[in-house]
Amino acid sequence: MPSQVTNVVIAGLGGQGVLTASAILADVAVRAGFDVKRSEIKGMSQRGGSVGSDVRFGGTVLSPMVPLGEADFLLVLEPTQVETNRHCLRPGGVLITPDTVNPEQLAGKKSLNVALLGALSARLPLPEAAWIEALREGFPPEFFERNRQAFLAGRGGR
Amino acid sequence: MSSAKRQLLSGDEAIALAARHAGVALGAGYPGTPSTEILERFSELGGRGQWSPNEKVALEVAIGAAFGGARAMAAMKHVGLNVAADPLFTAAYTGVTGGLVVISADDPGMASSQNEQDNRRYAVAAGVPMLEPSDSQEAYDFLLAAFEMSERWNLPVLLRATTRVCHSCTLVEPRGPGSPPRSPRFERDIRSRVMIPAYARAAHRRLRRKLVEIQEWAESSPLNRVVPGDGSLGIIASGISFMHVREAAPDAAVLKLAVTHPLPMKRIAQFAAGVDRCVVIEEGDPCLVDAIRASGIEVEGKAEMYRFGELDVPRVRRILNRDLSPEPAKPAGKPPQLCEGCQYRLVFEALRKRDCIVAGDIGCYTLGVLPPFEAMDSCICMGASVGVGLGLRHVLPTEQARRVVSVIGDSTFVHSGISGVVEMMYNPPPGGHVLVILDNSTTAMTGHQEHPGTGRRLNHAPTNKLVLENLVRSLGVQRVHVVEPRAGSDEFERVLDECLASRELCVVIARRPCLLIVKRLRELERCDCEEEEIHAQPGH
Repeated sequence: MPSQVTNVVIAGLGGQGVLTASAILADVAVRAGFDVKRSEIKGMSQRGGSVGSDVRFGGTVLSPMVPLGEADFLLVLEPTQVETNRHCLRPGGVLITPDTVNPEQLAGKKSLNVALLGALSARLPLPEAAWIEALREGFPPEFFERNRQAFLAGRGGR
Repeated sequence: MSSAKRQLLSGDEAIALAARHAGVALGAGYPGTPSTEILERFSELGGRGQWSPNEKVALEVAIGAAFGGARAMAAMKHVGLNVAADPLFTAAYTGVTGGLVVISADDPGMASSQNEQDNRRYAVAAGVPMLEPSDSQEAYDFLLAAFEMSERWNLPVLLRATTRVCHSCTLVEPRGPGSPPRSPRFERDIRSRVMIPAYARAAHRRLRRKLVEIQEWAESSPLNRVVPGDGSLGIIASGISFMHVREAAPDAAVLKLAVTHPLPMKRIAQFAAGVDRCVVIEEGDPCLVDAIRASGIEVEGKAEMYRFGELDVPRVRRILNRDLSPEPAKPAGKPPQLCEGCQYRLVFEALRKRDCIVAGDIGCYTLGVLPPFEAMDSCICMGASVGVGLGLRHVLPTEQARRVVSVIGDSTFVHSGISGVVEMMYNPPPGGHVLVILDNSTTAMTGHQEHPGTGRRLNHAPTNKLVLENLVRSLGVQRVHVVEPRAGSDEFERVLDECLASRELCVVIARRPCLLIVKRLRELERCDCEEEEIHAQPGH
């Protein structure tokens, strides 16, 4: 590879905001000036099935799919989906699950995806300002404050 | 960093943007994963994008627009091109005046399809040029290039993208709008456009001559390019496979083919001769490798096991290592299911309770095949439920035949179920037949697109509405019921029992809007009312 690529896999069930989370992450990486590719399989995502999305960023990204066993980060929104996705992680890769964040700090279940992005953000070389901008532009304005708080709660850890 | 100009777009969105910049006057299609977003985005960007009842009609509309001198495109999923194949093959003979690009969105691995057919075969079979992008930038660039080719040789051009190109987002630097396209104008050209045998014979020869010219052009076109490498390994790849290859074998020389029909064989021979080992890496069928070998060039292909499913970086590594060991099984995720509260649950429960033999169709409701219902016995292609049900009725012993039911969704019915009802009237089974149309007022599976039965166009604006019960009555179906399947009501089951017992030709329309569009429908209806009020004001 011409330069280091960061590989993130986001997984969960349809309706949990997996694709929204991956879109936000990809947007932040673009804002930070990286080459970015984002891939998803969403054919039946609205019917409650498993949903997954890969985000890769770095100097030059080639394949849009994170090769099996090469994810640096695996972010799972639904506990039952951890085992079905664990094989994505490289040895020493970081698993981020819902218990990473304190549910009492969230306004509701809907903010879980953003809170987990917050937890992920603490480990990524992406500026906080880019995250906040992406959250501002990625949702209707009335959700911004709720999302910002969820993000910061996740970023601070439990 | 020119990040202000760079946009992160899916392949579908990039195609839509390019279509706007190319001045495409009309885009037509039928929804189908992974192609649906092309026309939706084209419309959002201000283009005239429209859903047709099916892909055949969509392509015919696009051909007409191109005959009129305008730039036109038709967008569909791979199996949609089967439906549109008839006009495609002869449009290759007639040629076009304005540019015509047909987008085939293939689904290797079947993320959301009933087969993984490889539509590169269509380019060869129909005799039309094909371009294959490997990311969103190329999807954008190649659509523009496809229009230039189409107008240079007056031929329809196929642009083939796959799920990973259509649905992956990568950075695009758009060129901006091009010079305005020529104004549409009809110029009579009977010998080119009326394919009676006498004119078609000449047209076929003309087509073959064009393909020879295009092949010659492709030999030196910068669209096909070589990534230099160390000479010990050379790889020939196209589409998304190119990206996997570059990652799996960063030191290899790569001949990247953008034009995969007609193939630049001289260039391929030259590339193959310049490396110690030359491997063709392609997803799906062995199209490239067979064609290259047939022209006498020695290249290595992939093992048969890699024909199935998508390629990715690890699989490309395995192909290069000639690894034939079994691949690790991926843990199964949670399968999708009919939504909680979906009215189709009641329908499939009723069918299952009666041990019906169900000829099914393509849509969300195909999920009726999974537990707890398991109430579907066949699913072939769009519209097949009607014909398959009739065939079963014709041959099965009476005790089984009387339990046969065809089940089809509203959008699928309009797509290609209507001629099935004509067949039912023309060749009625002796014991009658029961067709259930699941009418949820939307094309739900692909993300809730409009269709002629919703009375709204692609952009949700009101238009003439096809009323399904009026249509089937006009075809001569006497027993037509419209029922609303609802929890706590046994109306659907009662009607179903009556129909099954009647030995007549019956259509039951089970109508209730999809739960997921109820909010949107209410919003649209409110807007319609406001429109009407404005128009009703004096002086307007």
